[in-house]
Amino acid sequence: MAETRKLVTDPLIENNPIILQTLGICSALAVTSSLGVSLIMCIALTSVTAFSNLSISLIRHQVPGSIRIIVQMVIIASLVIVVDQILKAYAYEVSKTLSVFVGLIITNCIVMGRAEAYAMQNPPMASFLDGIGNGLGYSAILISVAVIRELFGAGTLLGLEILPLVKNGGWYEPNGLLLLPPSAFFIIGCFIWILRTVKTRQREKIAFQIMDVQVKEHA
Amino acid sequence: MEVYLSLFVKVIFVENLALSFFLGMCTFLAVSKKIETAFGLGVAVVVVQAITVPANNLIVTYFLRQDALSWLGVTGTDLSFVGLISYIGVIAAMVQILEMTLDRFFPALYNALGIFLPLITVNCAILGGSLFMVERNYDFPESVVYGVGSGIGWAMAIVALAGLREKLKYSDVPPGLQGLGISFMTAGLMSLAFMSFSGVQL
Repeated sequence: MAETRKLVTDPLIENNPIILQTLGICSALAVTSSLGVSLIMCIALTSVTAFSNLSISLIRHQVPGSIRIIVQMVIIASLVIVVDQILKAYAYEVSKTLSVFVGLIITNCIVMGRAEAYAMQNPPMASFLDGIGNGLGYSAILISVAVIRELFGAGTLLGLEILPLVKNGGWYEPNGLLLLPPSAFFIIGCFIWILRTVKTRQREKIAFQIMDVQVKEHA
Repeated sequence: MEVYLSLFVKVIFVENLALSFFLGMCTFLAVSKKIETAFGLGVAVVVVQAITVPANNLIVTYFLRQDALSWLGVTGTDLSFVGLISYIGVIAAMVQILEMTLDRFFPALYNALGIFLPLITVNCAILGGSLFMVERNYDFPESVVYGVGSGIGWAMAIVALAGLREKLKYSDVPPGLQGLGISFMTAGLMSLAFMSFSGVQL
């Protein structure tokens, strides 16, 4: 039981796919300017990762090693087509906003990375949970970035007004920079900084140490 | 002619795939430690992008679009829902063919680009280029210009970031921000600078 729980909770902070493994950054940056859109993206990615892990793990003994990448690609692409069609049918507006980013789940390195690194060696149920765990780890970052960007950039959450804006007679002057794409880089950069200050194990080895400022713990 | 020139400049600067749409970020941040390797990957992206975007354009025009099969005498078909799987299939196949051709006829180039080619199949800049081409309904000549231009734009961005990161080794970065953290900040500043191109028209 503890093992199973670890599969789901481990990727949340200890081994986060975005922050530690540098996977799946593209969409984390591009779709986070509003919370609603990010939520849909998270659900889409988590379900694709979970089901692709499940199906790849089911056929892992039958697939020859030399063509495994293309088999994984086909499975992932089919799942993404299903998600894309569902979005077009039931949430057309959102699918317009997400535009190419739904299709880009195919090349999202989290899906591919987990299939290759975990599902090819492990039984179906564990792979399914691993997919959910990594999807949630991705969602945690995406949702936090989206909350910061929408709340301080537009004063709203999910379109509801939280901080009354000056132009609507309130007191909050919105920070327009947060609605622009580059702000996502700074926010994720700060997350990495905070996480690695708390959890020193996750730090990278310093590649070029300047002599005079050598820090004790790295010396 | 001006249409193509303006499209070319637009995709390199105003709609830069890496810095305005954040495509291919994983490799963008992972392979930008040295200028040489960044340049190698950049060239590979330009080549693959220049082949796959027009190839996908032909596939969309002659197979997938509504009534696209009319040249076969079949009407009333709409295969656009299998689009995603065909684009990625074309990309994977093209990369494989390119790898074999280079290996056979240009061994020197193969040795230089070889390690990057498999990485490119899962680079979202490549698939993203094809998806944007479909979404914006480019015709064949436009798709050639778009493919080459977007590849060059991405290559330029990764070489520039690699140059900045090589200079960064002279700076004193806080331990928690080392490596990935500072690269994010640098890329953010670059993308902020690139926003000043928005609205430029030829």
